[in-house]
Order: sequence, then C-alpha cells, then structure tokens
Amino acid sequence: MHFAGKQLLTSELSFPYDKQHVQIVDSIIKTKRGYMCVRCNNDDQQLFASFPCARCGRICTYCRKCITMGRCSECNPLVIWTGPTPSISFSSPLQWNGQLSPAQQLASDEVCHAIDRNESLLVWAVCGAGKTEVLFAGIDMALSQGKRVCLAAPRTDVVLELAPRLANVFPSVDIAALYGGSQDRGKLASLTVSTTHQLLRYYRAFDVMIVDEVDAFPYSVDSMLSYAVERARKPNSSLIYLTATPNEQWQREVKSGQRKAVTIPARYHRHPLPVPTFEWCGNWQKKWRHKRLPSCVVRWVNEHLERNKQAFLFVPHIDFLQQVVPYLQQFHPRIEGVHAEDPKRKEKVLAFRRGQIPLLVTTTILERGVTVPNIDVAVLGAEQPIFTESALVQIAGRVGRSAQYPTGDVRFFHFGKTKAMVSAKRHIIRMNDEARKRGLIDK
Amino acid sequence: MKCLICHDEWMPPISFAMLFTLRQADVCCPRCRARFIRLEGNRCERCSRLSDVPICADCIKWKQRKSALKQNYSVYIYDDWMKEVMNRFKFRGDYALVEAFRHDVCAVFNEHFSSDVFLVPIPLSPSRLAERGFNQAEAIASLLSLPMIFALRRIDDEKQSKKTRSERFVGRKFCLTGEDVAEKRIVIVDDIYTTGATVHEAANVLYAAGARDISSFTLIRS
Repeated sequence: MHFAGKQLLTSELSFPYDKQHVQIVDSIIKTKRGYMCVRCNNDDQQLFASFPCARCGRICTYCRKCITMGRCSECNPLVIWTGPTPSISFSSPLQWNGQLSPAQQLASDEVCHAIDRNESLLVWAVCGAGKTEVLFAGIDMALSQGKRVCLAAPRTDVVLELAPRLANVFPSVDIAALYGGSQDRGKLASLTVSTTHQLLRYYRAFDVMIVDEVDAFPYSVDSMLSYAVERARKPNSSLIYLTATPNEQWQREVKSGQRKAVTIPARYHRHPLPVPTFEWCGNWQKKWRHKRLPSCVVRWVNEHLERNKQAFLFVPHIDFLQQVVPYLQQFHPRIEGVHAEDPKRKEKVLAFRRGQIPLLVTTTILERGVTVPNIDVAVLGAEQPIFTESALVQIAGRVGRSAQYPTGDVRFFHFGKTKAMVSAKRHIIRMNDEARKRGLIDK
Repeated sequence: MKCLICHDEWMPPISFAMLFTLRQADVCCPRCRARFIRLEGNRCERCSRLSDVPICADCIKWKQRKSALKQNYSVYIYDDWMKEVMNRFKFRGDYALVEAFRHDVCAVFNEHFSSDVFLVPIPLSPSRLAERGFNQAEAIASLLSLPMIFALRRIDDEKQSKKTRSERFVGRKFCLTGEDVAEKRIVIVDDIYTTGATVHEAANVLYAAGARDISSFTLIRS
C-alpha cells in the first residue's frame, strides 16, 4: 500500500511510512455549531455519537456519516500525506478507432483544452449522447503529460461498468476501480475510477478530476461528496463535470456565462429527444384507496399489452409499488416491480431486457443507466416531489436511445402540473431546438 | 427525526402514552424496525433455536458433556438484515446502533430472568478491544442496567467467526480475572450464539469458580 496522495486514519496505518512527509490532524473537531468531521465535512449533530472508548479511556465522539470508510473518532486522527506524488507518463496510450459526431468532437476538444490549462468545465450532454467517448482524447492527453486522472461516479454499478470500458481503450495504463469491497483499495493508479465515497481516502492526489452524473443521487443531496471531490484533487488541477441534467442554479450560471460549459444537445443517431406529454389522471391516490387506478392509466397499460410494446411505469414510492404490482399482475401475470432494495433487481432488469417482462413498474432507481431499445415510459403521479426536473428528464431519456428505434412515447400522468414537470418538458424542447439550429438532427 | 439505521427522516406518531409516561419514540423508522425478526414459536427450551423437538440434538450433546450452562435465551433470528446491522455495529464500530436493540433486549430479558442476577459479558482480547474501541457484549449488557462482573479474560486471540465448527471446540478460550462470582446467579451476555462453544465454555469456567445457576443471554441465535 502506498501512502502518497492519501489521507488515512491512524487505525488504518498498519504499514511503515515516511514520517517526514505527513501531517497529523484531528479527524473530529469542535466548532461553535457543535462537532464537525474533518474527513467528510459532516456537521449534522444527529450523525455524531459518543461511546465509552477502550482505546482512549474517555467518552469518545465519532462521525456516523462516513463510518463505512473506517471510524473517525476523537482519538483516531487523520494522517495526511504532504510529500510528492510520483508521476508516470505514457506515450499516447489510447487504443480506440471509433468516430465522434461533430457535436461530440467539439465537446472533446473543449475537454482537452480544459485539462491542458487546469480549468473547470461542464459537459452538458443529453441522455444517450455518448458522454464517455468524449473523455477519451482528454484522458489520453493527460496521461501523456504524466497527469493522474480520476473519474468519480455516484454509484458502484457505474464504476463497474466504466472501469472495463476504460481498460479496453487504455490497455497499457494501470487502472484502479474503487468501490466498497474492491480489490484495488489503497492503490494509487494513473487512472482511477471511483465511487465518490472512496475519494474520502485521497488528499490532493489527482491532476484531472472528472465527475460523472453530477446531478445524480446521492451527489446532489450530499455535500459530503462535493467536499470529497475538492479534497481529493490537487489545488492546481482541472475539474470536468458530466451531466444530462444540471440543476437550476448551474443552468443559470451557464446562461450568464459564469460557468464554462459545452453542450451536446442531440443523440448520436441524429433524431430529436422524445418530448413528454402530460395527461391529467385525477386524484390517483384517493382512487387507489378503493383499489382502482385512473382509467387513462389502465388504458395505457392495456394498449401496451395489446401492441406488445415494452414499457417502464415509474411510481413515486416503494409502498405504492408493492401494492400496485399484484394488482397489475391481473392484467398480465408477467408484469413485475423493482425497487432499490429488491434483491432480485439485476435478474428482473435482465429479464426485461430479454423481453420476458411486458411492463416493469419501478421507483426512480431505473431513471439512469438502463438502456433498453424500443420502449415507452410513463410516470404515475408525476406531480410528486420525488420527480424533480432532472429525474423527469432522465426518465424521458430512457426512450428512443437506439438508432434502430429512435422514437417512443413519454407520458406523465399527473394530478396537477408542477414546476418540475414544466421545466423538464421545456428543457427537452430547448435541447431539440438547439440541436436543430446547430444542424445536429435530420428533420 | 432521523432513523438511527437508514438515516432517512421520519415522523414518529405522538401518542398520549408518550406524553404522560416515560415511553420513548422508536429510534428507527417503521420500515427498518419491521426488518428485525424476533425469535418466536417452537424453540428448543435450552438454547432458543427454532426447533420442533423440545430439546435439540446439540443441547442433548451439551447435557452429556455435563455443561454447566442451564439455558440460553436470544432475541433475534440471524438473517441478512441482522448480518448487515451487526456488520455495522461490530466491525465498522457504530456503537450508537445498540439503542436500536434496547426495547427488545429489555423485553426478552425481563420475560426470562429475575433482577437478582449478575451479568458477565463475554470479553474480547486486549488487541481486539483496542482495534474496535468497545466490547459489543458489554454494550448489549449495559442496556439492562443490572450489575456486571468482569470475571473472565480471553486467552485465545482468534476471532470465533473465522474458525470452523470443529476448531471452535478445541483449546481453552478463557481464564478467571479473580472477580468474585461464588454462589452468585450468573447470566452470561454475548452478541451471538452459533454453536454455543463460547458461552458453554465460559459457563464451565465460572462454575469452577463457584458460580451457581448459570444461564446465558445473546442478542442473536443463528
């Protein structure tokens, strides 16, 4: 295990290290507002606890927020590496002969530019635009310059999908994939793919920090993860954000020119994004108390079963999902439901991909990353607060992703339009308009 | 308030019972609470395991070996949820989770034991204690507000969970610290009863030191 570029708890340091190049700081400090965790920036007093500690013999306070990464407590200080981090340079390690679309090429050039000058950049690309390919040239250049690159993703699934893809196109480069329980833990590689949690172990280690799906849960709700990103990158480094759905504040900053951004408003297959249609369905929650669904929803389900077209139905809560699935199974016995804690989640998604499930009812977990050709989507209860603008744009982005089936139907069943629904629709229309103006779609 | 386990916000229902008595709201949300499964139904009357016969085959063997342990009572069954919770509590060291067990631990304990007993928590080795910062058995025992006697010390340093069944039965694990247990009613407290090797050996050591009427109480029966 190498110590360079890390910040570790004293209890994690079972190996000898160079004491000259470290700084030891308290991991839990007291501020005017109470306790604060130096590693994860937690200052929510409900997420601190105290216990009679056998190590220090006192009542010791610890942080419960980042405890999965080892316990930060008053008697367990952080040891931070302040020495140099070794650097290795590769000569043009990229082995890829794919072709970028004109919009991707433009974004790719901007990424290279930002990496070269250690600037920050937002890559705002619609769902299915091919964001990963846009990074290849930039990563290639950084590695040639001997820079250390980190790609941070919000969830383990994404890390597991990205790491082999990068290993494929950068065959000569040492790559570490970091997530809870990973074998690469403690490695400092030239190219690191990491969940944002695992970044808590790094300190000023990376010259290029790329954050994938910035808007995705839990990054957007969790200030801890943006703090981790800031601590893990070098003070003089570039920061690239990738997203399909920047939040309102970022969109404003982009508009006013405060934030540097490049957009990819169209998909690689040159068809416009499907625009959602709104359909009022009355007080569906009240109807459900009498075990009835709104007639327009029932019609939508029947239509899809008759036409044999697969679809996702998004619902707001797990509790409702678990009630509605047995009800819908009366329509067709193979209808299934899937939610975040479902142990059979992977199997069900796979069965859906194979076409064995006609309709998959789901909570917002499937809003990203799942690509199935030729499907429709509907949201039941689109007015619920869980369906934010970005969630709705992502949901709409499930449709028409393959070049073979570039169109589809996106329906929001609602009991009163919300601001989020309207902004989501406007967001998609604006992207299509921009794409048309730039000649990125045929029509 | 925040659920102790999943950290989601939830609103506990306020009742008159809470206003006028000392009853406290639950520390975890109803969804997490529902996932703790208490041992109920037909069980071995000696070791608490789910069993159709009154005394299970393992306990008959313990009887033949003349174990000093009279009985064991446990609170929860060992399933994936419990594994996850114990992983966080014990191995990650999230001490605060002990509060999630309080209500059920007290209820089961009071159902089976009188309040004139002394608790003996199963000790950890000094090196493991330093690594973890606390002894989980002692944390569980502390929920019961009864006198504790630290009568045992660990000789063997290996984790029980890292050993096979047969390995667990060889070698001595405990010696006495010299705390007086003579003629006392003892309840040994531990986090989990798997094969029972740990608590049975502890019982025999305590019996040799003069303790009488020795039972055990564990959070989990796997």
